[in-house]
Amino acid sequence: MKITVKLFANFRQERFKVQEFDLTDGTTCGAVAAQLKITEEELGVIMVNGRHAALTQRLQEGDSLSLLPLVGGG
Amino acid sequence: MGGLLLFLQNASTNGLLPWQAQCRASERFCTPLPEVERLALENGLLPARYQRNQAMLSLDDQRRLFASHVAVVGCGGLGGYVIEGMARLGVGRITAIDPDIFEEHNLNRQLLATLEQLGRPKAAAAAERVAAINPVVDVIPIQSRLNAQNGATLLRGADVVVDCLDTVSVRLELAETCSELGVPLVHGAIGGWYGHVSTVLPGSLSFDRLYGKSQQEKGVEKNLGNPSFTPAVVASLEVAEVCKLLLHQGTTLDDRALSIDLLDMEFNDIPL
Repeated sequence: MKITVKLFANFRQERFKVQEFDLTDGTTCGAVAAQLKITEEELGVIMVNGRHAALTQRLQEGDSLSLLPLVGGG
Repeated sequence: MGGLLLFLQNASTNGLLPWQAQCRASERFCTPLPEVERLALENGLLPARYQRNQAMLSLDDQRRLFASHVAVVGCGGLGGYVIEGMARLGVGRITAIDPDIFEEHNLNRQLLATLEQLGRPKAAAAAERVAAINPVVDVIPIQSRLNAQNGATLLRGADVVVDCLDTVSVRLELAETCSELGVPLVHGAIGGWYGHVSTVLPGSLSFDRLYGKSQQEKGVEKNLGNPSFTPAVVASLEVAEVCKLLLHQGTTLDDRALSIDLLDMEFNDIPL
């Protein structure tokens, strides 16, 4: 299946802003993050097709996955 | 009180009351400055300092802001600018909470951090700064660390709470306390070139969606630090949210976050 991954903030550094991936059916959001060497601790908001999603959510053909880092400073 | 009002009316020009007249009225009628301000605003007189607000805020809006109480939790990078914005906007009461003292590494970004303030409490510095700008604003400085036990007491009476903290676990405790108190929370966070702002209304799940049950105390800021400009941007957005919440105007960031990337200059609306 083809999905689009959108990265935000410093996740873009040495990676990309937007990229298409061809993955095995049923790949989870967490597996995509792991493939990109983004750890669970670094992750803030995860969205699939503009809606909040969990790491365990399975992706489907044509989905758009957005990954935002945890930001907590003040 | 009739004599005081007449004095204020006579001292005003086109409905604008000069600061010097407020001070003279306070002295002559042995009335505290905040009481003079309240009487003016309730009787159609606008303190002249607010004249550039006039086109967007009505006199009644200005009166409502003065009658409002905002608690700012954290008086560092975000909090310094938020308190400044509140004081200049004319919010009548500000509770400023921070357990820390200023250190040299605060000087690159924290508005209240000056060489003279190094080693001094941040909450007290907030009160001094506001007194120097707008002495009618009542600042309650609290040099304590907010937690689940003292939160309800420290935030009592606030119409809106502003999250200017720097530790995720304390933010989670603050959000829970605000939810229990039924008070709206304006949340801002920064790290390097990045930040986000969100408004959490009581009962909303949006805070959980930003942080979940995160065990991390720090986010990207742990590695990126914070420059001078990111706190100013995010804090100003927080002040705008507070202003709208207090006046029931416009559209606030409830159930969504505005994600800010100053490196690529992108602002993204994130549904939560």
